Amino acid sequence: MAQFYGYERPDGTVGVRNHLLVLSTMDCSYEPAKKIAEQVEGSVAITQTYGCRDDAMLIHNLAGTALNPNVAGVLILGLGCETLTGDILMEKIEPSGKPVFNLTIQEEGGTIKTHAKGVRILQKMKQDIAEQKREAFPLSKLILAVECGGSDASSGLAANPAVGVAADKLIEDGGTVMFGETQEMTGTQHILANRAVNKETSDAIYDIIETQMARQKAMGISSRWMSKGNIDGGLTTIEEKSLGAVVKGGTKPIQGVLYNNWDRFDTPKKPGLYLMDGPGWDVPSVTHMVAAGAQVVCFTSGRGSTTGHAIAPVIKITGNPTTYANMSDNIDINAGTILDGAESLSSVGGRIHDMIVKTANGRQTKAEALGYQDYIVFRRSREAEHLLGHC
Amino acid sequence: MSKKAIQIDAKDNVATATSIVEAGDEVEVLSPDGDVVLKAKPVEQIIFGHKIALTDLKVGDKIVKYGQVIGIASKEVKVGAWLHTHNVNSANMHTEGPEIRGVT
Repeated sequence: MAQFYGYERPDGTVGVRNHLLVLSTMDCSYEPAKKIAEQVEGSVAITQTYGCRDDAMLIHNLAGTALNPNVAGVLILGLGCETLTGDILMEKIEPSGKPVFNLTIQEEGGTIKTHAKGVRILQKMKQDIAEQKREAFPLSKLILAVECGGSDASSGLAANPAVGVAADKLIEDGGTVMFGETQEMTGTQHILANRAVNKETSDAIYDIIETQMARQKAMGISSRWMSKGNIDGGLTTIEEKSLGAVVKGGTKPIQGVLYNNWDRFDTPKKPGLYLMDGPGWDVPSVTHMVAAGAQVVCFTSGRGSTTGHAIAPVIKITGNPTTYANMSDNIDINAGTILDGAESLSSVGGRIHDMIVKTANGRQTKAEALGYQDYIVFRRSREAEHLLGHC
Repeated sequence: MSKKAIQIDAKDNVATATSIVEAGDEVEVLSPDGDVVLKAKPVEQIIFGHKIALTDLKVGDKIVKYGQVIGIASKEVKVGAWLHTHNVNSANMHTEGPEIRGVT
């Protein structure tokens, strides 16, 4: 089953969903953006909440979301006086060849007129994309993001290594996998760097992890900087959490580090395994990996999570049998069978791999069926980065 | 049925409980190959996912899980004891924060 069924985009990428994106450039236009999206089924509104400056980190992530192949068409909605203009985003999105429109509320003459125009644009795009059929593509066109949130000791023993098995299998079939959460690589530098394909990547792995440790030190954060649930769940130090976290990426060589800052926003250039430099905060971490091109997400949680995403299916997996029993409405796969002794790691990894392909083919995740559309862009503090000498 | 705890790597000096272990329960520690490497009777409750010491540990001794150092002992610990934030600190970073005892 080394193929999946998706929607080909004009730039050759392949979507596993056919979403229409209403991209509100900042919170000033988000309320009307949501109302417009509500009018046309399959549309979703997103925004960011760091103001309207033309900040490169925000632009990278918003444009990246629009460029993700799960998005079939884009309506940019601004207020009209923002510095982060729709034109800036248009310039980045238009070369992909997907339909993209740009409206501002001040130019249209208020929200009611904007609603009418915006809804008509979405309606037309919706009619056009509804004709598109899924076609078969090789797994080399599929990018998987892996994430863990609400970890407990079962995450590192069951769910993460099982996702790692699935990640390895996807890469063996020609696919691409990325994982992030740099602070949850603390103490694993030597392990990850040893798997780097070249010195540049090895140096970059040390660079992102040590830079993140310096940020944490500057914030006065100790090695116990974990959630209450992590600690209640048996995780004692950040190294223990990290060692359990990084196995979610599997065991393959690391092709590169995907930087996510003001100078660079990298996307995978060829198949294989990548590290994404980003926050350990779940929804922004997923958001950034989706903005870097991931069409499908695997999300492990020992304590239990509800996370979905605005444009990408999020498959949730727990290694904790009690959590699966408690939260089976939200968790797609039970990897707790590993700790029960009922199932092998490779068997669970195989189930996860099959679910990734089925989900890519159109099966909805539990979060999708419930309509969850999590989306948060994270931007680092420029002030802190200047003080630390990181930018 | 005796309770189980698993050692992930043969180098580990801790094992992880796969179910709740009450004080006085016998717990069998299984090696990565599935052999029983230790039978312990913890003197305190150890809940699912928490760690059990497989050897006596002195202050400053390395705590090894996944075959890697996850911290250092901050207190003297006896074999079979519960290891967590009250007796283990980070080996890499400054450590402070909650001493959580008897969480459920």
